[in-house]
Amino acid sequence: MRPTDHTLKGALDALAAGETTSVALTEAFLDAIGRLNPRLNAFITVTGEKALEAAKASDARRAAGKAGLLEGAPLAIKDLFCTAGVQTTAGSRILGGFIPPYESTVTANLLRDGAVFLGKVNLDEFAMGSSNTTSASGPVENPWSRANDPDTRLVPGGSSGGSAAAVAARLALGATATDTGGSIRQPAAFCGIAGIKPTYGRCSRFGIVAFASSLDQAGPVARTVEDCAILLKSMAGFDPKDATSADLPVPDFAAACGRSVKGLRIGVPKEYRLDGMAPEIEALWQQGLQWLRDQGAETVEISLPHTKYALPTYYIVAPAEASSNLARYDGVRFGLRETAQGSDLRDLYERTRAKGFGQEVRRRIMIGTYVLSAGYYDAYYLKAQKVRALIRRDFEQAWGKVDAIVTPATPSAAFGIEERQDDPITMYLNDVFTVTANLAGLPGLAVPAGLDPQGLPLGLQVIGKPFDEETCFAVGAAIERAAGFTALPRLRA
Amino acid sequence: MSLDTATVKRIASLARIRLEEEEVGRMQAELNGILGWIEQLQAVDTDGVEPMAGGAPEGQPAMRMRDDKVTDGDLHDAVLANAPDRMGAYFGVPKVVE
Repeated sequence: MRPTDHTLKGALDALAAGETTSVALTEAFLDAIGRLNPRLNAFITVTGEKALEAAKASDARRAAGKAGLLEGAPLAIKDLFCTAGVQTTAGSRILGGFIPPYESTVTANLLRDGAVFLGKVNLDEFAMGSSNTTSASGPVENPWSRANDPDTRLVPGGSSGGSAAAVAARLALGATATDTGGSIRQPAAFCGIAGIKPTYGRCSRFGIVAFASSLDQAGPVARTVEDCAILLKSMAGFDPKDATSADLPVPDFAAACGRSVKGLRIGVPKEYRLDGMAPEIEALWQQGLQWLRDQGAETVEISLPHTKYALPTYYIVAPAEASSNLARYDGVRFGLRETAQGSDLRDLYERTRAKGFGQEVRRRIMIGTYVLSAGYYDAYYLKAQKVRALIRRDFEQAWGKVDAIVTPATPSAAFGIEERQDDPITMYLNDVFTVTANLAGLPGLAVPAGLDPQGLPLGLQVIGKPFDEETCFAVGAAIERAAGFTALPRLRA
Repeated sequence: MSLDTATVKRIASLARIRLEEEEVGRMQAELNGILGWIEQLQAVDTDGVEPMAGGAPEGQPAMRMRDDKVTDGDLHDAVLANAPDRMGAYFGVPKVVE
């Protein structure tokens, strides 16, 4: 078996059995990155020397009998996580040259458990996007392509497009990602891999470049549901440095992947059946529900009546929080500074922010500034917070009848890099099935379940109760077993 | 509600983002497109609904307060390490007071 073909679980087993070493795995992935990254553009920064040093240290720890949960596993880190001493860009020009003096809690947890970081992966600027086309480091290419049109380059989804493309193309065993409206689940679905956004508060946000603080959550993407469970176990946990971190024990998520779904009640929200939904998405959804019934689950139609207001609510709350969070980029303390002859301080701010932020980020800061401005706060922001409460209540009422909810992950398969760029709202509709879980703070898992007629991957989503990622993993693993998804992208190591 | 060009310029000023004259029209059209779309929220009956602050799911506290204690310090060099214009122990900016 080639080292890059391992799942994370498979690699950890091979390391434990002495069949391979972290150095051998790391060298294989670095070699694959060297060959494929010029085309895919998944990595912004490759830390090859650091990775090999870390791999050697890891092999030494294992030899000394001190192997951690992820000992020696080469991973990719979304370039939104601060990594001490390694450039962190958030996909933006405004953070040009920024080298964090500290480590994010999530990456520190992974390092504690023995992981090896291969480098920092690409993303939409400040995680704002669904196509990874807004990055200052350029678009990422999806390693998959249409069978009948192999020359059209497709998006990997976003914002965690580099994370998903790197894992799908076998450039890493797994990757960290973040999800504010669908940024883990949509790219995972577009790239034929698994990903989970855990419950709000499960992973610390400390050291993650902030986008919308009440919606942002970190989670993993990986080749299998079980691999995601192994990674989440390491990433999650209480952190006093994040005031919204949940002080709860972290369960053995991997064990939950083996649980039976027999007797589980699976909710099927009727509002997710959209007008004009692509027939292959509807068929995949029905197939997924049938697989669960075949394994002893019961499917129950439910209603989440405020679903159609989720995206407009999101596009008030998220830009409002972003306009506040991104006020810190002022050209004074870190990153880019832009001035002209005779600039005063205000002109420095305005020139720096105009040059440093891309078009989508500027647009969202403008919307956020407007909805929070005097005279409009109640009509927009307060109204959105109330509708958000209703969306959360819809789910609360559903949990009286069901144990988990299954929906499509995305309304379509991956699209072309040049497509859907004309109108911001068309791009926003990508997150129609995922954004509700962010608004309600719930865990959502994406699992590859089939192919569209062009041979592109499609995913299903499992939404769980608060802090019940275990049921998401059980249901996701059941779908994964039944789907037997073995298709591979054309571009891979 | 539709934003006029003066309002678009005012928002850019509040957001401290320089907007060139030739960019105003496009920004205005995009913002009005998005605001027109989110206008549909006005149709939702939210009488008596408590607004949701923070991102915690139902039943979880939104925010935890910590003890008001100093937890670190003496990190001048780390804090200043990324400054575009460091002047000794300070961040440098254009002259503010004549």
